[in-house]
Amino acid sequence: MLTGKVAIVTGGSRGIGAAIARKLASMGANVALIYAGNQQAAEQVCSQCREYGVEAKAYRCDVSSFDQVKDTVAAIKADFGTVHILVNNAGITKDGLIAMMKEDSFNAVLDTNLKGAFHMIRHCAGIFLRNREGCIVNISSVSGLMGNAGQCNYSASKAGLIGLTKSVAKELAPKGIRCNAIAPGFIRTDMTDSQTENPLVNLIPLGTMGEAEDVAEAAAYLVTAKYVTGEVLRVDGGIAM
Amino acid sequence: MYFEAIAKVIADRVGCEVSAVKPESTFTELGIDSLDTVELLMNLEDELKIEIELDQPVSTVGDLDKFIQSKQG
Repeated sequence: MLTGKVAIVTGGSRGIGAAIARKLASMGANVALIYAGNQQAAEQVCSQCREYGVEAKAYRCDVSSFDQVKDTVAAIKADFGTVHILVNNAGITKDGLIAMMKEDSFNAVLDTNLKGAFHMIRHCAGIFLRNREGCIVNISSVSGLMGNAGQCNYSASKAGLIGLTKSVAKELAPKGIRCNAIAPGFIRTDMTDSQTENPLVNLIPLGTMGEAEDVAEAAAYLVTAKYVTGEVLRVDGGIAM
Repeated sequence: MYFEAIAKVIADRVGCEVSAVKPESTFTELGIDSLDTVELLMNLEDELKIEIELDQPVSTVGDLDKFIQSKQG
């Protein structure tokens, strides 16, 4: 279904990003995996992708750096020839109550989660425009839709991603480039290990936390849904409805 | 200096004669919107093998020519 396509997945070494990388590879896409620090995990995900008969390569990059992203996208283009799909999944948390939150904690989360996506889109846009084809999936969060006490920085970054998604969708639609977002709820990953005791988990209508693969299924849908753009698809067991 | 190359890319793009593209022609007159202008710059980057970071608005073909000249020296 995606044979010959090239997909970049940021934050691809574990959790939701790894699941999306494997899913896109299973659909035939070659995968450029961007990771922040865990090379071993990134290489392992690449190996899993290659089992589907596609090319996969890991690139270390701090997405909060405009210049690093520029160089990394150029390297991916040189290695793979082009880019068709961009999944902005890289994200961090630095939770804390707003009355106590340090400026650095707020900035770091915004820089990676929101500016990181901007940097990636900014540097892939030229490739997409030249191809007159492109698909962007931004991984937001129900935290960006509903807010979440103790996560003002994370919520702000994820709400910002929704605005970014819709603006980019409107701006690039005339050129055949789509941009959508996914808002996962409580998904079992390293990042949500601390959330299993969160009382909100008991409020999930479907009664359980989701799996990274559930989000990957949604990403696969958005990548192939040719008439869908500017959408925010909740994958949350119904918690934010 | 870059005018001829720019005019050729524009003429190819909008389907007019190269001679119809004048330095004073505005992109609006030529039927090129802001996003088309970005695409046009990318075509020019490919054609001229240069990198163009458009950091100011340009309204005419002559403005774009001068802008690229100022960046390329």
